[in-house]
Amino acid sequence: MAKQRTAVLGVGQTKYQSTRGDVSMAGLVREAALRALADAGMEWADIDAVVIGKAPDFFEGVMMPELYLADALGCVGKPILRVHTAGSVGGSTALVATSLIQGGIHRRVLTLGFEKQSESNATWALSLPQPFSVSINAGAGGYFSPIIRQYMAQSGAPDLIGCMVAFKDRQHALRNPYAHLHQHDLTFDQVVEAPMLWDPIRYSETCPSSDGACAMVLGDEASGDAATGPVAWVHGTAMRSEANNFPGRDEVNPQASRDCAADVFRQAGISDPRAEIDVVEMYVPFSWYEPMWLESIGFAERDAGWRMVEEGATHLDGGDLPVNCSGGVLSSNPIGASGMIRFAEAALQVRGMAGDHQVDGARRAFGHAYGGGAQYFAMWVVGAEKP
Amino acid sequence: MREVAVVATALHQVPALTDTTEVQLMVPLINAARDAVGITQADIGFTCSGSSDFLAGQAFSFVQTLDAVGAFPPICESHVEMDGAFALYEAWVKLQIGEVDTALVFSYGKSSPGSLRDVLALQLDPYFLAPLWPPADAVAALQARLLLESGLVGAEELAEIAVRSQRNAVGNPNAVRSSSEVTVADVMAEAPVADPLRPSDLAAESDGGCAVVLAAGDRARELCGRPAWIRGIDHRIDAHALGTRNLTRAPSAELATSVAVAAAGLTIDSLDLAELHSPTTSQEAILVREFGLGGSTEVNPSGGALAANTMMAAGLVRIAEAADRIINGRADRALAHATSGPCLQQNLVCVMAGE
Amino acid sequence: MSGDSDSEVRLPESLNGVEPVQSVRTPIRLEYDYRPSASAESYLRAYAEKRIIGHRSPVDGAVFIPPRGVDPRHGVAISEEVDLPDTGHVGNFCVTHLPIPGRKGLEVPYVSAWIHLDGAAVGFLGLVRGCPSDEVRIGMRVRAVWRPDDELGTTAENIRHWEPTGEPDVPLEGAGNRSFHASQAGADAGESDA
Repeated sequence: MAKQRTAVLGVGQTKYQSTRGDVSMAGLVREAALRALADAGMEWADIDAVVIGKAPDFFEGVMMPELYLADALGCVGKPILRVHTAGSVGGSTALVATSLIQGGIHRRVLTLGFEKQSESNATWALSLPQPFSVSINAGAGGYFSPIIRQYMAQSGAPDLIGCMVAFKDRQHALRNPYAHLHQHDLTFDQVVEAPMLWDPIRYSETCPSSDGACAMVLGDEASGDAATGPVAWVHGTAMRSEANNFPGRDEVNPQASRDCAADVFRQAGISDPRAEIDVVEMYVPFSWYEPMWLESIGFAERDAGWRMVEEGATHLDGGDLPVNCSGGVLSSNPIGASGMIRFAEAALQVRGMAGDHQVDGARRAFGHAYGGGAQYFAMWVVGAEKP
Repeated sequence: MREVAVVATALHQVPALTDTTEVQLMVPLINAARDAVGITQADIGFTCSGSSDFLAGQAFSFVQTLDAVGAFPPICESHVEMDGAFALYEAWVKLQIGEVDTALVFSYGKSSPGSLRDVLALQLDPYFLAPLWPPADAVAALQARLLLESGLVGAEELAEIAVRSQRNAVGNPNAVRSSSEVTVADVMAEAPVADPLRPSDLAAESDGGCAVVLAAGDRARELCGRPAWIRGIDHRIDAHALGTRNLTRAPSAELATSVAVAAAGLTIDSLDLAELHSPTTSQEAILVREFGLGGSTEVNPSGGALAANTMMAAGLVRIAEAADRIINGRADRALAHATSGPCLQQNLVCVMAGE
Repeated sequence: MSGDSDSEVRLPESLNGVEPVQSVRTPIRLEYDYRPSASAESYLRAYAEKRIIGHRSPVDGAVFIPPRGVDPRHGVAISEEVDLPDTGHVGNFCVTHLPIPGRKGLEVPYVSAWIHLDGAAVGFLGLVRGCPSDEVRIGMRVRAVWRPDDELGTTAENIRHWEPTGEPDVPLEGAGNRSFHASQAGADAGESDA
């Protein structure tokens, strides 16, 4: 049996915010799942399997939460898998769910990513003292800021490129009702003047901590054909991993990122990404990662990604390659869901269902997630037409 | 369905890892599995592993273990925070798509630094159950008590399971508990740990790891003289809340078995052996009944989890132990089972056969 | 709630007017008793003697620090220990303005850096002190500042921090992760001269 076509039939999200004090973890995931089912015009009984992903168990202190969540996700008597690939988990979860359909195992799969950051202590979980080693980094920013410094030095990018990305994403977020940060009065100067956290990353250039869940209902070709609403078709999927500290590693533009992008574009028959992709949702938790990933993925030449930012090429209004019209990770970050939100937003764009942050006429979109020490990558290309 | 087989396995289990890290444990196992079929990481189309941060006491613990694989140039790789049997399932699915022909699956567990019975309490509903902090053996004991009081199983039958496991394990280099002398009377005389479960009723905790190579179609035949073909594989889950289900049953195990056995075109009584991931004798008794295993099927020739239970790998180990016996010509048809969660909540069944 | 009918909760009359529970706080404590691996033990014992141990890969001689017993590029075991000098350069760095949870006495801002020891093929993290944070740069030569001899233990904390030596910087093209390629190119050039 050849690889089966896969469609995104429904998307469901919760409003991302610091604290969802009105729901338990089960309530949170169920809310997103029910919205995805409603969007797909389906009931729980229509789902054959569930694939769930989230960040480390230590965050919320629940070991293997798929066990506890099985009931809430209508999973009794069904298969459930829990994927965990660090920050890219939302993306790789969607890919594992897709593979169940591509391989002809199931016809309709519910996939979901979530994080209940308000019930977790991510800072603590990330700082668990490791035996026999000295802890020096305070958070992910401490890990990524040197890499950003390297990029700035080698590319000669002007200092404020990062601030431009942060400001853009927060502007975009104002047009996404689900986004966490809705900073209506934010000015560019406020972004620039925000306190420095990990030089050169300012507080205004980092992602928030959010409660949230994002779900998709994926279906086979027959399900896609039978859908009454618009669907997104999967044109390519790819995952790559590499070791994170080895001699000569290019941390600014990791080979795993380049290989992953090359693979997904090859599958989708894309030779000129900037021209052939209409809208991008990429995982940018720290502002400078937008120009860096633009280069690594192949939308921009090496050391020139920052020019796209400077020219406004990645802005929803007037840009030829809008990036993170949803507001991106910089505007909403329930860690376990963030990768899936990128994939889901890409699907919403080509279904014409992105509301006020819709890119007119978007036919092909790119979804991206990364994790670990910039070493895990998950990407997909979706389109309005069948591949 | 595309034909996929287990073509190589490597396994190592000890009471406790002392001088090596999980990474150092996995390096020789992963290399041994690849070497057994003469391939390198560059030949592997997809890699998938299973492990748990809570065992390691470290968030993102699986990231370090990638070092054991040799992940440069970059590889296509994924990870589940589940028993390696589910990582094998994900790899099997990937092979079904048809774009790659080989997969490497591995999992490991080093529970010795922590207290496993307390760690596992955190698998439970965080609002209603986990705050009571019931240790894992107490939770299993609830099920065992219900089982005994139902009259379906007697205490002697449980002791017989314990004895058989320890005797089967004699000669298994990867068993951490074995005995050719232990008797039912010995077991019945043990003081309970969590009444009615005695020490011999509970899994023998071990540290260790397991690596398996899967291959599809003719590639499997090229690599291995007698591949263990996966003829059927399925997994299901039951409700979590302990009070909502009949703990003397495991419907997800029964369902997964019926799907896998039907896919294999076999019947239960045609199986030569069944490797059951049963962390307690009571759970083995339940599984034997759910699967309808009769006298013609040998149960846990390796000794099972009662002989060695490497948390997060024990299910993959069952698949490896069963596959090995097929590859070595000692069996033709085998069932391997993996479980996760309290009281057999989630179950995976893999039915394999030699050609 | 979310507007779907099946989530409506109907309370028994006896609970009318009773304030619902908003949250549950459950303190959890888990203890893990770690034993160092043989390579970690060797590394830590060497620190007590003010020695820094690396692991040399059998594949191409690249030296890894800390010594983890494996070459992550190849998944090959490493057992050969080598002594590394306590000098090197800053491969990259970060000026942090946030305190590290659980580490009191660390003034902010502080500089954490990937220290590339002379002879090592990868960097490892250390604190940099002894100059204003805005003077720290990629390529800056540093040396270890050790605890006094009577305070040494079997721990990497024997090195308090790294301070600038004042020597000329390593050029950008040969600093940090690029130093390995530079050293390989040098080795190749050496071979072709032979």
